[in-house]
Amino acid sequence: MREINVSEVTEAVKKMCIDANYALSDDMKKALESARSEEVSELGKQIFAQLEENLAIAASDQIPICQDTGMAVFFFKIGQDVHFTGGDLNQAINEGVKQGYTEGYLRKSVVGDPLIRVNTKDNTPAVVHYEIVPGDKVTITCAPKGFGSENMSRVFMLKPADGEEGVKEAVLRAVKDAGPNACPPMVVGVGIGGTFEKCAEMAKEALTRPVGSHSDKEHIRAMEEELLDRINKTGIGPAGLGGRMTALAVNINSYATHIAGLPVAVNICCHVNRHVTVTL
Amino acid sequence: MNKEIQAPISAEVAKELNAGDMVYISGTIYTARDAAHKRMDEALSEGKELPIDVKGNLIYYMGPSPAREGRPIGSAGPTTASRMDKYAPKLLDLGLGGMIGKGKRSKEVSDAIVRNGSVYFAAIGGAGALLSKAIVESEVIAYDDLGTEAIRKLKVEKFPAIVVIDSKGNNLYETADKLYNKEKE
Repeated sequence: MREINVSEVTEAVKKMCIDANYALSDDMKKALESARSEEVSELGKQIFAQLEENLAIAASDQIPICQDTGMAVFFFKIGQDVHFTGGDLNQAINEGVKQGYTEGYLRKSVVGDPLIRVNTKDNTPAVVHYEIVPGDKVTITCAPKGFGSENMSRVFMLKPADGEEGVKEAVLRAVKDAGPNACPPMVVGVGIGGTFEKCAEMAKEALTRPVGSHSDKEHIRAMEEELLDRINKTGIGPAGLGGRMTALAVNINSYATHIAGLPVAVNICCHVNRHVTVTL
Repeated sequence: MNKEIQAPISAEVAKELNAGDMVYISGTIYTARDAAHKRMDEALSEGKELPIDVKGNLIYYMGPSPAREGRPIGSAGPTTASRMDKYAPKLLDLGLGGMIGKGKRSKEVSDAIVRNGSVYFAAIGGAGALLSKAIVESEVIAYDDLGTEAIRKLKVEKFPAIVVIDSKGNNLYETADKLYNKEKE
């Protein structure tokens, strides 16, 4: 049994919230650079140049990449041999979010109740997904999620008879409906299978997979490649103003499902696809 | 075409703008997003005055991140405009000069733009650090309790935006993707 004091979690969470909002991961930076060279629209090329300049200013002047610094989403993979000490883990995570968003000059975008809608003024609470895994390590991924693209995300409860083609049509439908609203070039996270909530969680986690990586299942990998190609033929383009580069990646995660179902979730992320992972 | 324009905007200038024009806006603009629009709408329903005179003014759909010491504002890019579609026609009919946001608008908004000779601009979504550089002054002038959603008066210098819906009803989003669509090839 390994003991971890929850104050370590607070510190890690605070730092991840700040880091994620001021710099993109290397895979995202590379994807944006290569998309810029592949863009055919003149206006699209100008937009890529502006996005590159935006990242440079964010780093040099310490201004968040995007003003929507997101709702803080976390994936915790907790080794079953870990024992948390020193307090409530959920409180420790939210304390880290509060400190990160306050000390990091990040926008507080969370309302405490979806209908009464009063801002909590410290960006808490976070949305946390826990998974128990073998071992004595804790891997934390922080993915602040902006709602311009979150609002364009969808869950489709398809029928088994809809098959692969139905899944592809659903993803393309979500992307086309999102269009300029989701701040393309997008990263498209897809969850196929499981249950209603499982596919949504898989789609969200798929967004945190490095751009350029692929599923290790051959048929899923083929679908990722085909869908990226088809999305980049829609013409939506950077900022939705026309062009080739509508998406940087389609990342699909899949899971077993019921004989009667084919759930598909499409979680769309803008070009500010933020994620940071640390292991304690 | 690249154009430099002043805000507030006159009806004559608005009429000269065409969907697809790249503009650089200098002058005074106001921010308002979801919660501020809801309050303004409630004020109008109750027969009260709005906290800003909308005539000829541009409303920027934006809620900034906090400013660091010595800076006028934090990250300051546009938010999705369609969430304000419910409120925009009423403000346009009161003389609102134009709106800056990102993303599609409803037919009701497009019709109100044409009816009033107004304009809808898009700024580049997700470029909040870059866009903040065009904002030289910022002051909260109403609804302070709304935090990032308060109404701010901004002084901007060469703020970059693209005309998406012009006063004739042309819509760049509806034409631009068709130019590059290769789905049937």
